[in-house]
Amino acid sequence: MTYLAKPKLHHPSLPRNALGFTRRDYEGPVSTLCAGCGHDSISAAIIQAFFELAIPPHRVAKLSGIGCSSKTPTYFLGQSHGFNSVHGRMPSVLTGANLANRDLIYLGISGDGDSASIGLGQFAHIMRRGVNMTYIVENNGVYGLTKGQFSATADKGSKSKAGYSNEDEPIDLVMLAVTLGATFVARGFSGDKGQLVPLIKAAVQHKGAAIVDVVSPCVAFNNHPGSTKSYDYVRAHNDTVNFLDYMPEREPIVARSEPGGVQTVVLHDGGAIRVRRVDESYDPTDKVSAMAYLEARREAGEVVTGLLFVNECDADLHDAQNTVGVPLNALSDAELVPGSAALAKVNASLR
Amino acid sequence: MSPTDIANPDYFHKVVDCQWACPAHTPVPEYIRLIAQGRYDDAYLINWKSNVFPGILGRTCDRPCEPACRRTRVEEGSPEHRRASARPEPVAICRLKRAAADMKGDIRERLPRRAAQGNGKRVALVGAGPASLTVARDLAPLGYHCVVFDRDAKAGGMMRTQIPKFRLPDAIIDEEVGYVLDLGIEFRPGVEVGSMRELLAQGFDAVFVGSGAPRGRDLDIPGRREAAKNIHIGIDWLSSVSFGHVGRIGRRVVVLGGGNTAMDCCRSARRLGGEEVHVVVRSGFDEMKASPWEKEDAMHEGIPIHNYLVPKAFVHDGGKLVGITFDKVEARYDAKGRRELVPTGEPEVRFDCDDVLVAVGQENAFPWVERDLGVEFDKWGMPVVDRITMASTRPGVFFGGDAAFGPKNIIWAVAHGHDAAISIDRHCRGEDLRQRPPPTFQLVSQKMGIHEWSYDNAITPERRHRVPLKDTVIALKSIKVEVELGFDAKLAWSEAQRCLNCDVQTVFADKLCIECDACVDICPMDCITFTADGDEPELRTRLHAPAVNLAQDLYVSGALKTGRVMVKDEDVCLHCGLCAERCPTGAWDMKKSYIEMTHAGGTPRVHLPGRAPAPAALAAD
Repeated sequence: MTYLAKPKLHHPSLPRNALGFTRRDYEGPVSTLCAGCGHDSISAAIIQAFFELAIPPHRVAKLSGIGCSSKTPTYFLGQSHGFNSVHGRMPSVLTGANLANRDLIYLGISGDGDSASIGLGQFAHIMRRGVNMTYIVENNGVYGLTKGQFSATADKGSKSKAGYSNEDEPIDLVMLAVTLGATFVARGFSGDKGQLVPLIKAAVQHKGAAIVDVVSPCVAFNNHPGSTKSYDYVRAHNDTVNFLDYMPEREPIVARSEPGGVQTVVLHDGGAIRVRRVDESYDPTDKVSAMAYLEARREAGEVVTGLLFVNECDADLHDAQNTVGVPLNALSDAELVPGSAALAKVNASLR
Repeated sequence: MSPTDIANPDYFHKVVDCQWACPAHTPVPEYIRLIAQGRYDDAYLINWKSNVFPGILGRTCDRPCEPACRRTRVEEGSPEHRRASARPEPVAICRLKRAAADMKGDIRERLPRRAAQGNGKRVALVGAGPASLTVARDLAPLGYHCVVFDRDAKAGGMMRTQIPKFRLPDAIIDEEVGYVLDLGIEFRPGVEVGSMRELLAQGFDAVFVGSGAPRGRDLDIPGRREAAKNIHIGIDWLSSVSFGHVGRIGRRVVVLGGGNTAMDCCRSARRLGGEEVHVVVRSGFDEMKASPWEKEDAMHEGIPIHNYLVPKAFVHDGGKLVGITFDKVEARYDAKGRRELVPTGEPEVRFDCDDVLVAVGQENAFPWVERDLGVEFDKWGMPVVDRITMASTRPGVFFGGDAAFGPKNIIWAVAHGHDAAISIDRHCRGEDLRQRPPPTFQLVSQKMGIHEWSYDNAITPERRHRVPLKDTVIALKSIKVEVELGFDAKLAWSEAQRCLNCDVQTVFADKLCIECDACVDICPMDCITFTADGDEPELRTRLHAPAVNLAQDLYVSGALKTGRVMVKDEDVCLHCGLCAERCPTGAWDMKKSYIEMTHAGGTPRVHLPGRAPAPAALAAD
């Protein structure tokens, strides 16, 4: 952490986006997390993604639970709406917010403790309901705030900083999300923004439940030999299946064949993601084979990264519930108080 | 690229733009910090050691340090963080130097002592200007018997005769010239050296020529001879004013020339009865040789500057000057980009005036150096002088200041003096002149605790502070009233805070780096990139922010674990230390580089400790 505010001065060539903002306009105050925390890199990736998408900051709501990861929304998108909820309860608060105002862009920030332990039930339901949001898990496999106990995502056999071995099976949030019906599932690594930023951009533009599980080394308690979530381990075992290029709507989508193969997925907003395959056999639109691959690589101790599953089905919670098409705060008195005749009609339909 | 060799003092020296640009390489950020701490004596002494005349230079220096200052580039890059009217500006380095000189106490106890006994060597110094006095200051404490000759009654040279008193009061010259003469130097005033042969015959072990560029260039156009009574050569007129021989000038004055001497002439004229003073220059306003601030000062005193006018003739009425005529010209550029001043064909322009001051350049003059002594001169009549050793072609004869390479300025004269002193010392010891002592180089961590640095790393958004001036009405009444009042302690502190501490270096240890990106994310100026290695021109294009300023180096590490390298563009680094604060492994550290030129007889030191000792080790001590 630092006591010094980041100076507002910037590089002369700092670019501006379509809104006239620089990347620096998407920052928040300086992080108070430990120096070198992977979470800070994820914050930087989120800042870069929202800057590149030229999203007006006031159209974003960022919600989180409790933990190191859940502190991070303070450190990015300083001009956006924020809600720091109860431990593990971010998904239900986010769902409620989304139902009330469907026009905002929702960003759920959570960690492995907040999502895989205390909030596992909430995690499951937000995925299966298809809430239109981007769920980012800052996954370090350890309870950092309480000094380094294993979390529920710690791999079996991995060692704690104190030297203990983890004997419990890990919860794989990616696999769980695919199983539960999430329609955009990706995994990234905080140490590789080149891959992470396009993943976040695509997830934000995806309609429906999108999750990006980001392996984020805890430099204080989980960056030692024997850890499977250290910088060195992830770099040595990173099985990258593909890279993404997110393309906004206005750019023509040209189908090109490139070495390794390129797959284009058109998003609901008319934009598209180009999936540049590294592993020729991996098809992120094929759920069954994706799951088989993920499980096999996990068994082998590999960390599979990239866009792992996508199903551009164009339907979310609002479509399923047939809710009103505008935010509730945009409804007028006439719509909210339709009168006794309308009430009588409803009552009659229930008789 | 091959990894940067940070053990070479030049690498980090170059990062300290101001110090690198200074001919004498004064450690600027170090003394600015001392001023901020109120340690004016210490700040003064760092200056005194390096540039000999801090109080004089703090008022009159050409300040090559300021155009080099990183602060300007940093402010240029962030236009939204300054008022629309405010230009990006460097730290007021020169005026901070003056503040140290103004606010110091009595420092005489801390100056070098007279040599307890001589070393038997005698050195003659021709001219008592800044170059000779620097040579004498460096050599006298080593035991050399220095004999300084000057045609004037007091030492100081052009600092005393050509710079008007309203810019540089006599008291300041007396004080700082006095510090040098007090080292036991034999000063022979009123002696104009007329023959090098005779001087050499006196058996000196070495002779240093620091006689300046004492001859003002004349303007040979019609009417010059007839109206001579009211046409004056600028530098001669300035010295007559300085000595009190001249106390008045006509009501309407035209000053010809666009250098700093012209600015001194017009401002002096304004104080001696010149009510309508005009400066006229041949070329464009922007091409004038005068420093921008000197032009501003002149215009502030109601002196207009007219450009693109070439003098044609002095107009006189029976020998009495009544005006001067000019041809209008414009700048044209040929295919090779060379500029030519072409008459526009418009009617000539006439300025009515009572006096003209000609300040169109200065020349060297060495009629007193016989040409058969082995001291070679080139076809322009300038001595052939080695740029590093300051030696002439005759062993034992050295040149410096304006006498060596033509008119420059005080700080260059000082730098020449230091170099010549080293050479004279080596010459007298029978050593090779080409062997030059390396500078003292220290690189010491500034880390004091987790978030504590021994320097003030917060970046102030403040704009450059103006030096308070004497009210113009009062200032113009006397040739002796100093115009600039100087910074007081509060203003000096505020201005000192604008310094970016460029000497506190970002030092990177590749072995410790875990490539977590924390430094990349926090760096406010996007200086740091982790990327695949490449050739410099190509590497410069694919950094986090393009590195377009080729005058600034890239700091490149050795290969990291992933095979990538760390590349830092030094150009707009704020030296805020956030990279080091956010680094989990201490791969980044803020280390102060202290680089000090080694003068004659000095011993260079190199102090490059490894990492700072852990706090526990300190406690155990």
